[in-house]
Amino acid sequence: MASVCFYFQVHQPFRLRRYSVFDTDTNYFDDYKNAEICRKVAQKCYLPTNRLMLELLRRYGKEFSVSYSITGVALEQFQKWAPEVVDSFRALADTGQVEILAETYYHSLAFLYSREEFRDQVTAHTAKIGETFGLRPRVFRNTELIYNNDLAHFVQGMGYIGICAEGADHVLGYRSPNYLYRPIGCDRIALMLKNYRLSDDIAFRFSDRNWAEWPLRAEKFAEWVNQVNGNGFVVNLFMDYETFGEHQWADSGIFDFMYHLPEHVLKHKDNDFMTLSRAAQAYAPVAELDIPHMVSWADMERDLSAWLGNAMQSNALHELYRLEEAVKTSGDPQLLHDWRRLQTSDHFYYMCTKWFADGDVHKYFNPYESPYDSYINFMNCLDNVRSRLRR
Amino acid sequence: MLGWEFPPFISGGLGTACYGLTKALSDLGTEILFILPRGSTNQRLERVHVVSAGDKTAPRGRTHTYWTVDGLEHVKLIPVGAAVTPYITEQEYLEQRKREEQARASTVTEKAETGPPAVDPSRPTSLGIFAAPDIYAGDLFSEVHRYARMVAEIARTSEFDVIHAHDWMTYPAGLSVAALSGKPLVVHCHSTEFDRSGTNVNQRVYDIERAGFHGASRIICVSRLTKDLVTSRYGVPESKCRVIYNAITVNGEPIFHQCQKIEEDDKIVLFLGRITMQKGPEYFLAAAKKVLEVMDNVKFIMAGSGDMIKRMIELAAAMGIGHRVTFTGFLRGDDVDRIFEMADLYVMPSVSEPFGLAPLEALSHDVPVLISKQSGVSEVLTHALKVDFWDINEMANKIIAVLRHPPLRKTLREHGSFEVRKFAWSDAARACVDVYQEAVQNG
Repeated sequence: MASVCFYFQVHQPFRLRRYSVFDTDTNYFDDYKNAEICRKVAQKCYLPTNRLMLELLRRYGKEFSVSYSITGVALEQFQKWAPEVVDSFRALADTGQVEILAETYYHSLAFLYSREEFRDQVTAHTAKIGETFGLRPRVFRNTELIYNNDLAHFVQGMGYIGICAEGADHVLGYRSPNYLYRPIGCDRIALMLKNYRLSDDIAFRFSDRNWAEWPLRAEKFAEWVNQVNGNGFVVNLFMDYETFGEHQWADSGIFDFMYHLPEHVLKHKDNDFMTLSRAAQAYAPVAELDIPHMVSWADMERDLSAWLGNAMQSNALHELYRLEEAVKTSGDPQLLHDWRRLQTSDHFYYMCTKWFADGDVHKYFNPYESPYDSYINFMNCLDNVRSRLRR
Repeated sequence: MLGWEFPPFISGGLGTACYGLTKALSDLGTEILFILPRGSTNQRLERVHVVSAGDKTAPRGRTHTYWTVDGLEHVKLIPVGAAVTPYITEQEYLEQRKREEQARASTVTEKAETGPPAVDPSRPTSLGIFAAPDIYAGDLFSEVHRYARMVAEIARTSEFDVIHAHDWMTYPAGLSVAALSGKPLVVHCHSTEFDRSGTNVNQRVYDIERAGFHGASRIICVSRLTKDLVTSRYGVPESKCRVIYNAITVNGEPIFHQCQKIEEDDKIVLFLGRITMQKGPEYFLAAAKKVLEVMDNVKFIMAGSGDMIKRMIELAAAMGIGHRVTFTGFLRGDDVDRIFEMADLYVMPSVSEPFGLAPLEALSHDVPVLISKQSGVSEVLTHALKVDFWDINEMANKIIAVLRHPPLRKTLREHGSFEVRKFAWSDAARACVDVYQEAVQNG
């Protein structure tokens, strides 16, 4: 059997506005830019891709299914600025073939700093998914697929049956990402690993004309999936949803590719599509996997260095989480919400100096001219949060 | 090479760049005849040996007395007695001339006893200096042309393949030599009249620059910013321009911490450069005022001299921040090292800066930098804070952030001191050699 498990990440951060040390108001977020980006990505990606998915779900019925992880901050922004996106996701959820995963509401790094805050945010996200889609997540994915043994253990304690992680070479060794594993020390939760080669073929290489496999067609990709038959259960294709139409533009043929993929995958009678929770129930873990160090799906390093690689990043995060108790005892819900929106991992990603000089994917997603500017801006906002606490 | 200034008497970036480039070219084995204008000041140069024309050690056929310099194996230095100095303005030239003449009047009797000075500008004196009847011509422009005449005289009896002239005052000389010898001229544009004077352009300077650009086979610009100015304001085809960024000599020696800060708690923000319109000193003070509204333990140091220094001292006082701003005057050598060592941040608020070497010097001293976006160096420096020179709120915002957040300083320092190593004169010299070859082949 080869079950194709698609999981798409949907996320938009509340980007900060230019907030100078001389500013004293409490509007930290750039409503104009956030609305603009939300609407732009809705038109280029979310709406057309959802329409395509809905068509596929209807055409193939039970034979086709996908999973999504939609952050709370993204949903909040859609509701505000592009409500039709929420409706289109709801239409997908209503087919019954779509699963929504659990994660932190604020797409945060809370697990690294505060277990209590982490639990609160996951709970808040579950509540939001329940109220918006009427679904209850059963599989958990952490921000940017950040994962280690402790996280698996903690999440199992919260009642989830599956958890996602990056199938990084340095944790898998000779093992294959196409099986399910059991995190060491756990007895119920299943660990599902991203097949990064096949995932990145779609997410990163699809429109790369220098790539030997370009142009990638659904037939060819389905053959690669068939090769897993006999030496694996699942093909975990985890990627940003913005791959469709935003990272890979429509003229690259990405929509046609997706449109034809189910047809070619299902040609082989042993293949099917599954949501992550169905896969977690359908297949037994083949071995225990010990991942003591944090892994993620970011950059070549697949570690935390994209958010915690320099002194500015760790300083900003420490200063932010140091305010937890004071913010929570202040009894000010707006302050709590603002503080939590500052936790979104993107703010720290912008401060990354790793590849800054070479310019690449970090730069593409970065609304700031430099990581230094983003740190200065963030610290000014944080200063203001601190001054609200003193009041 | 028609260049400027040799250590230890370097008054700014032009001299530093000329020396760095010449040394690197010499290391590459390029033979250089370096014409050095020397004003009336008979300053002693370091590591210089005089090889006079009559010397037995001098190569055959050499008609000029020249100097050799330790460490610059392939360089022959020919000093000429011309009173052109970098950055001098027409007004300053006249003032300087007056001062010198007054000083000379007092020693005139002594001179009469030692006999009249050599009149023929091409005849070397015993010191190896082409002495002139009067070191000052009528005005700066006459002086520039007098210098050109002397250089042409030297060129007539020298051998070379390419002429490389640095900044406008050497362009007439470069053009004369090119016409005389038929060799290609490469002009090196370190700054233009638009950088120095804003929109109050001196037409005669502009005309000289324009003639130089149009008469040259190739123009080396120190940044894209400068190249854009040269093409748009002087009507020069882009195909003639090449961008070669300046560099810095990082000696790799550890900085030794010997001096105490003014006060332990005081943070120090440094401005280092000529205090002229081009360098934006008033924006520095305006930002300082903003910073002091939020923080009080900050000292602002303005190191340098220039025609705006008096106005800046008055402005600081008028703003009520005089007690927080220190003017040091012009610094050199160890004093520059010491001031960098004290600084927590270096700010270059230049209104127009063709390149800007000082930020690289600051980084090589482990000082984080905040530079104006209107500078050539900001095209190539990534680990620096950048700001529009007129945006004093943002400038203050960034100064405060650096002073308040040690992790920001640390990250800027760590990456910056690493990045600065990529600016090597050897790379700039190799690029220059390529330009020479282009000029020789294509004329």
